[in-house]
Amino acid sequence: MKSAARRRVLAGLGFTSPWIIGLATFTLYPVLASLYFSFCDYSILQQPVWIGLENYQRLAGDEVFWIALRNTAVYAALAVPLGVIASLGLALLLNCNVRGLPIFRTLFYLPSIVPVVASSMLWLWIFNGEYGLLNASLAPLFALWGGAPPAWLGDPAWAKPALVLMSLWGVGNSMVIYLAGLQDVPRELYESAELDGVGVWRRFWHVTLPMISPVVYFNFIMGFIGAMQIFTQAFILSAAANNGDGTLGSPARSTLFYTIHLYSTAFQDLRMGYASAMAWVFFLIIAGLTWAANAVAERRVHYSS
Amino acid sequence: MPPGDFSSRIPLAIRRVGLVAALVLSGLAVSCRPAESDGRIQLSYWEKWTGAEAAAMQATVDAFNASQDRIRVNLVTTSQVDRKLLVATAGGDPPDVAGLWLASVASFADRGALLPLDDFMRADGVEPYVWLERYTPVYATMGQHGGRTFGLPTTGTAVALHWNKALFREVGLDPERPPRTLAELEEFSRRLTKRDPATGAITQMGFLPQEPPWFLWAQPLWFGGHYFDESGEIAIASDPQSVAGYEWLREQSREYGLADVQRFMSGFGPFASSQSPFFSGKVAMVFQGVWLNNFARQYAPALEYGVAPWPTVTGDPFALTEADMVVIPRGTKHPEASWEFVQYLASNNPLARTRAELQGIEIVCYLQEKTSPLRDWSPFFTEHHPHPLIAFFRELESSPGAVHAPASGVWQEYSRELATASERIRLLEATPERALGQVQARMTTAWSLHRTSLERQRRAADAENSSNEPTIQP
Repeated sequence: MKSAARRRVLAGLGFTSPWIIGLATFTLYPVLASLYFSFCDYSILQQPVWIGLENYQRLAGDEVFWIALRNTAVYAALAVPLGVIASLGLALLLNCNVRGLPIFRTLFYLPSIVPVVASSMLWLWIFNGEYGLLNASLAPLFALWGGAPPAWLGDPAWAKPALVLMSLWGVGNSMVIYLAGLQDVPRELYESAELDGVGVWRRFWHVTLPMISPVVYFNFIMGFIGAMQIFTQAFILSAAANNGDGTLGSPARSTLFYTIHLYSTAFQDLRMGYASAMAWVFFLIIAGLTWAANAVAERRVHYSS
Repeated sequence: MPPGDFSSRIPLAIRRVGLVAALVLSGLAVSCRPAESDGRIQLSYWEKWTGAEAAAMQATVDAFNASQDRIRVNLVTTSQVDRKLLVATAGGDPPDVAGLWLASVASFADRGALLPLDDFMRADGVEPYVWLERYTPVYATMGQHGGRTFGLPTTGTAVALHWNKALFREVGLDPERPPRTLAELEEFSRRLTKRDPATGAITQMGFLPQEPPWFLWAQPLWFGGHYFDESGEIAIASDPQSVAGYEWLREQSREYGLADVQRFMSGFGPFASSQSPFFSGKVAMVFQGVWLNNFARQYAPALEYGVAPWPTVTGDPFALTEADMVVIPRGTKHPEASWEFVQYLASNNPLARTRAELQGIEIVCYLQEKTSPLRDWSPFFTEHHPHPLIAFFRELESSPGAVHAPASGVWQEYSRELATASERIRLLEATPERALGQVQARMTTAWSLHRTSLERQRRAADAENSSNEPTIQP
């Protein structure tokens, strides 16, 4: 290599070195270390001892592992489609030409910039069974059938739906991406559809949706990965739920999500080796499902180019 | 100059500025460390306390720093102190002294993260059991695990029955006569429970086992139950008293109606607020600790309450005690100095007659309004203690029924499993037999894995030691 070229490479590496060093130290090394620890008996405080596949073998027979996995799957199955519908619906509405559009767009985006801890504390009060805003507005509705609204976070059957509701509050980010996608749909397609006498619904189904399908796909995948990794909201709300008993996953393990179970295994029970194995299994599950979604998308997603 | 050569395009002056900035930043980083200019040994002490409770510990640390000129303790308020101590110890840079919760001491000790304090006691020429005689018996054993001492209590707390006298008076109960057996507690509770005549919704309850919710694991203790059997194996499902305790819990849900109780509970505010059910008069009797007085003064100054031993099914004396434990993490650079400070926290001035004469543990316990775990209290501490009922708590802790949570490396997990089982039973999701059977199965596995893991660690350490030893040739 000529000396000038070499200098150029070195300068390039020099300028990217903060990123390269950061990635290697704070991401690559921990990831590889966790792979090693997953084959070890490791308590964090002592040296890891190699035990081969034992951690992985034990996972299959661990009842709480399956409970956590099921909780996470149920949450994702509810939160992801509802999130797509809510954010796409909002984006469609905000794509209409109405007065005060920028104000509406700002208002609906606003919740996404509230820190998750702050919004969790807020939702804790909204979900309060007796004095909460949600039940105050639902009570007259339930009273029609002589019933009462659920205790949300205190009720194992309603704690997960409560977290799903809360997640819908933060759809602002994906809404903005949909909005950008919608604005990219060529006008003339709508015009020719209109000339052919196509109604609103079919226009959405045959023009809009295919044209923004890459955006839907992107948001779906990001939403899915985010939903599988739900932690902070559940961590705060479950510790405060049930009268604040501080038990993670409360009430009765209904909000014990995968990451929460992983956290308490690693940092409360000091079984980092086992928790590392859980993390790798989870990584494979998410990667596998994302790959499957990708395979489906190949037939359904249309890239205009 | 070649077009892509960025480095030589940057003017020399800017590069110099960058260099200077880097030097200044690294200088700042160095100067952030505690100053070692006063020539004393600097100890870092991580504690969980915040607010007034942190100020109480700071006053104790200040008194220690003023009492000698060799060591300076720097108190650092640390949230989630167990988690941070874990990471710092694993990273080889732990604080010199730390304040842990009782529940973490055994698991940290099992993993070799804490220095056994017995070695220090013996080095001072005192046998550990003699050294520990300064404490009320229940506190003397609290920091012990596997025959060694890993932590010492810094503040004493006992949990007792607190009852609301005004609510007793309202329903015609003698406000000075608390329930003495569990049967009486149930009877009083029925009389103290009120419902809205129109809707039937509960508006007040005599007693609710899950209020406060911190002792969901303690249910068996009210019934004389055990968590481990004599041979040290998990015994929750096979222990008839423990099972009875959880059956009682289920009966509570059935008697008052689960849905009604759930709705009633869902309106409770957090403990440190005037919406806390005991402070707002929604629950008349609670299983609460000596600390309640601090919070009552702040959130319900008009509350008139009494304290009594917790009624048990057998009528035997019973008191659950807890303490905040001070430990010396393995890896400290100044073990001797740390021990000196810990000794200060384990001492008082038995002759103190004024606030200024208070020393060591009595400063923090006086300011936090808790009992001193020491047997002997100074005249000032006894007579001028800010908690009006402190003498009752002192007596309770010295009573033969005083117990503390078991010291076990799996206790964190065990108590969490019990709390979950207690929720499932209370919510009528599972029968006591089924829920406790699952705890039993899960904890039996966890307990045997824990022991296997400790054995593995021992073997690995032995192998390392023997390979390091020089082989001696004959």
